[in-house]
Amino acid sequence: MAERSTPTLAVWKFTSCDGCQLTLLDCEEDLLALTGQVEIRHFLEASSRADPGPYDVSLVEGSITTAEQERLIRQVREWSRVLVTIGACATAGGVQALRNFADVEEFRSVVYATPSYVDTLATSTPIAAHVRVDYELRGCPIDRRQLVAVLSAFLAGREPDLPDDSVCTECKRRGNTCVMVADGTPCLGPVTHAGCGALCPTYRRGCYGCFGPVRAPNTRSLIRQLRVCGMGDAELDRVFHTFNAAAPGFASARGETDEPSQ
Amino acid sequence: MSHRSSRHLRVGALSRVEGEGALRVRVRDGRVEEVQLRIYEPPRFFEAFLRGRAHTEPPDITARVCGICPVAYQMSACQAIERACGVRVAAGVADLRRLLYCGEWIESHTLHIHLLHAPDFLGVPDAITLARRDRAVVERGLALKRAGNAVMELLGGRAIHPINVRLGGFYRLPDPADLRRLREQLRQALDDAVATAAWVATFDFPDVETDHELLALHEPGEYAVDRGVLRTSGGLEFPVEEFLDHVVERQVAHSTALQSTLDGRRHLTGPLARYALNAQWLRPAAAEAARAAGLDGPCRNPFRSIVVRAVEVVHAVEEALHVLDHYQPPAAPHVPVPARAAVGHGATEAPRGVLYHRYVLNDAGLLDSVDMVPPTAQNQLAIEDDLRRVVQDNLDLDDGELTKLCERAIRNHDPCISCSAHFLDLTVERA
Repeated sequence: MAERSTPTLAVWKFTSCDGCQLTLLDCEEDLLALTGQVEIRHFLEASSRADPGPYDVSLVEGSITTAEQERLIRQVREWSRVLVTIGACATAGGVQALRNFADVEEFRSVVYATPSYVDTLATSTPIAAHVRVDYELRGCPIDRRQLVAVLSAFLAGREPDLPDDSVCTECKRRGNTCVMVADGTPCLGPVTHAGCGALCPTYRRGCYGCFGPVRAPNTRSLIRQLRVCGMGDAELDRVFHTFNAAAPGFASARGETDEPSQ
Repeated sequence: MSHRSSRHLRVGALSRVEGEGALRVRVRDGRVEEVQLRIYEPPRFFEAFLRGRAHTEPPDITARVCGICPVAYQMSACQAIERACGVRVAAGVADLRRLLYCGEWIESHTLHIHLLHAPDFLGVPDAITLARRDRAVVERGLALKRAGNAVMELLGGRAIHPINVRLGGFYRLPDPADLRRLREQLRQALDDAVATAAWVATFDFPDVETDHELLALHEPGEYAVDRGVLRTSGGLEFPVEEFLDHVVERQVAHSTALQSTLDGRRHLTGPLARYALNAQWLRPAAAEAARAAGLDGPCRNPFRSIVVRAVEVVHAVEEALHVLDHYQPPAAPHVPVPARAAVGHGATEAPRGVLYHRYVLNDAGLLDSVDMVPPTAQNQLAIEDDLRRVVQDNLDLDDGELTKLCERAIRNHDPCISCSAHFLDLTVERA
């Protein structure tokens, strides 16, 4: 990061909705400034130019769901000095990891009318299950300000400052009235990773966990509170079973919902 | 004239499209033998894992089908499930939903026009290179895009996968002062949108004429976005509930994808279809922009879709301003939507065309089955037909130029492969 030549950037897509890489294009006011400081060498969604590596930084969107992707991600790792995963698919397997808890053959037969060869693995796995990841940006989708902050840190040659506290902390800092305490609205804020700026509670909605679990989430305690707010077993099961279903901190929470309520 | 008897064109990874696709064309003895738009985006099985979920969940979950048009998914889902439950939302809520949808049209179309499509006409690989040549025009585009995002951020909480949408309405209503500020931003955006339409009208367009059956929502009196019946250029009209009786997905021999047909024919949905069927209801500045851009009557040249998109951006900004000028806040942000055992259908105009959803709810309020038919799945056959025409008419070009032209023919339709793939069949060739 000390060299003065223009740093190079690559953006990669695996199994995903394109939303996180779109976030880069959504940095409207910063986009042109950014492109003056980094050379974007590979970004298929935005450019027909696709230059070979190595790259200083690779942003990786999406999860691994095919054998070909397993091969490609290892290549991307080799080509990249710093690899940053962006979004819930890349960091936790995404909503498509719901297949990990089901029979993928049965899924295939539901979506595809004619039995035929659909190339897919039985699981959707995060990038870190395959290669070393240097930094991760959480969220479904990632937060634009966090993306800009990370890229700026690289350009300034310093470590990115990524909070690892909870949405609950952000919400307090923002001065919101707690939706769970005041309205009895079920909220995953206490166990969900920060980064969104406590968006849902700010809109008087309970957090639904799209940034995935915070480190060491106390889901057992939260589940008791969610039951007080009126959630039953099936709802508890579903609420942890969405965009970060395969993230260990949420996947294990599902087991904790089985204990009988008091 | 072909300078060789047999040619194979391949593009391994299409660029400046959403999602992952590839292209293969085979020419023999001066005739196009085979054209394939290959989708290799891996499936994500939304329709499978939505079974057994609560009827309240599809607006959040189906948004994740597509990061570029999440509002379209949310709106088709809400419409279908509210209809199943026999609920009508308040007028003020319907207005805010329309406003949110306008935001997505502005954002998505402006992204496509400036960052994905315009580079094709100007001979540059991307908008970044374009900005070096003409920074003002890219900045104007980004400002316009920002206005679309501002609408989505105010009403949806964020531009990608909005969090404020729910069955029955919204979690929170927007603050009047924020709506006034948004109005100011959209006033400026209107000028930018008109200027953009004038700009794209100056491009050189390859001369192509297509004959696809066109399909769009149709609601007399308005340029239909979120309500109406389905109508075709052949004069057929049918209600949303009959969508699957007409639009049928089938597997084609040697094809890599399930392809939709409309009553057995290839069809096209999206800007060209909407403009052909509903142009008379464009708002005034959009109608004027269309005239000034030389669009008179239906446009059958897919390369000119960029002009139609630019006109639709003008319309969407005007429509958003119209909503803001007439908006009366509803009594509550949302109405309850109690589940019942029923089937519901929804169809709205995503930026790329008609997006159909169908949900079967059981009496426990859970989803028994889900069907989604996205626009790009419908447009596949039309895109392949365009490719066939473009290649056949330009065999004198060398492979590099012809391949570029093919990529352009695909980008003309702003294909959203991330969406379509989840419903398309994928074949993997194995040596």
